[in-house]
Amino acid sequence: MQKTKTYEEINLKLKSGKAVILTAEEVAKMALECSPEDILEKVDVVTTATFGAMCSSGAIINFGHASPPIRMEKIRLNGVPCYEGLAAVDSYIGATACDPDNPSYGGAHVIQDLLEGKDVLLEAWGKGTDCYPRKHIRTKINISTINEFTLFNPRNAYQNYNVAVNSTKKMIHTYMGTLLPNLRNATYSTSGELSPLLNDPGFRTIGLGTRIFLGGTQGFVVWPGTQFNTSKPKNEYGIPVSNSATIAVMGNLKEMSPEYLQAAYYDKYGVSLFVGIGIPIPILDVEMARRVSVNNSQIETSVLDYGTEGTPKLGQVTYSELQSGTIKIGGQKIRTAPVSSLSKARKIAGELKKWLQNGDFEITKPVQMFPKNTSLKSLKETEADND
Amino acid sequence: MIKKRFILNFPPDSGDKPFSYHLVKDYDIRINILKAEVYPGKRGSLLLELQGKKDNIEKGVEYLNKQNIICESLDKRIHFKEEKCIDCGNCTAVCFAGSLTMNRDSWKLEFDKEKCVVCELCIPACPLHLFEIDFR
Ligand code: SF4
Ligand code: SF4
Repeated sequence: MQKTKTYEEINLKLKSGKAVILTAEEVAKMALECSPEDILEKVDVVTTATFGAMCSSGAIINFGHASPPIRMEKIRLNGVPCYEGLAAVDSYIGATACDPDNPSYGGAHVIQDLLEGKDVLLEAWGKGTDCYPRKHIRTKINISTINEFTLFNPRNAYQNYNVAVNSTKKMIHTYMGTLLPNLRNATYSTSGELSPLLNDPGFRTIGLGTRIFLGGTQGFVVWPGTQFNTSKPKNEYGIPVSNSATIAVMGNLKEMSPEYLQAAYYDKYGVSLFVGIGIPIPILDVEMARRVSVNNSQIETSVLDYGTEGTPKLGQVTYSELQSGTIKIGGQKIRTAPVSSLSKARKIAGELKKWLQNGDFEITKPVQMFPKNTSLKSLKETEADND
Repeated sequence: MIKKRFILNFPPDSGDKPFSYHLVKDYDIRINILKAEVYPGKRGSLLLELQGKKDNIEKGVEYLNKQNIICESLDKRIHFKEEKCIDCGNCTAVCFAGSLTMNRDSWKLEFDKEKCVVCELCIPACPLHLFEIDFR
């Protein structure tokens, strides 16, 4: 029996239509009856996916030069501020950016409007220079008038995430949704056994240059995500039991589909962007076969009290429990609700499987692997805070 | 037979009148209590669904008004733009009436209108703002 497979061998099989591709949910089910050795022999690639709100997202836009030209030093798109420190007509619009007077419409909505082909009002100001004499411009743009339109998300697809509850007497509004008082609900956000980074917890196949499904087209993992943390406590299956590593991703927004990117506004919190990400995991050896075999009863996460300062941990639960609809914390039964879409994640895993089956999608060996043993610093304050 | 929803507001001194007995016996109205917030000695409110003949319900409401119970007809219904829903589940987190739930096989949102008590918590909870109140 073959002990290992190479990327080249798997790609040849994909090209000839002979590769066997399963989703991570399908392989988790298969693993209840098959050994990792069997899985290595029978399966070539496993597709994973997630569709959740990812705040650290945004788009690079090049507007093109007007005549006479302007060096844009203050930029607004439908009133939303964009970054102005990138040459004359390059900009970056962050998903969470917004005009404080109109907090429910932000950068994510601008990205979505452009993606849907709508006109967006660009207004920009400059001081006027010898080579860029113009001081003001106000014009409508849309996806076909701009040059590059590139999704670049510095921190996406968290490897696991906390469950949020609220032990206080007041309802609170968070990026994990509305948390009712007295532990009356609990929200969780990853797609469990289908989640990309939970199927390759040691980053053996995901690294710099990994080709992925991003927003409905092919994109890439371009760097470790910000707050990339590999030193969080892990359980007996090697899976971190709270939010740990992340990835930075990039792709051509002009090829993406509004079906897999969705702007969101959380009342009393702010704007975010739902991003659809799918990552194919090649089954290179028994170790990878074992990794993709994990199921929801083996993936655990921490329950944190978002109502109390320092978000203390109240317990630890599995995704089987979370998906069953109730968890138990300190003897109290708490109703659970997801805040990311498992049905969309399944659709993405299925779509990626189709691309692979049709030979439209090549798997890539990372150009460079991600660092190990990273941890996080918090922000130390050196000045007296007079607020 | 019609069904109508009402919010009943009780002044502090009317908490123990057997109004439901009269509605059932004198006006042949079926009562379904959807939500109750009755604080002894203080104001209280009830969200009710009354089912019966149209003129009987009208007479029943008249009777309640005479008892000093303020009876506000609730022609509000929650409605959501289903075609835009991404099945994220945020609204199910706040719907303690069990009207909004996730189907545990398909993980698609299910909306059982009958269970809705019009608490309106889902309106701000949906990050896509798909819920609206219909006034009918
Ligand atoms: S109004 Fe309240 S009860 Fe009705 S669906 Fe919304 S959250 Fe549920
Ligand atoms: S919160 Fe909105 S988008 Fe999410 S499941 Fe409910 S209705 Fe659908």
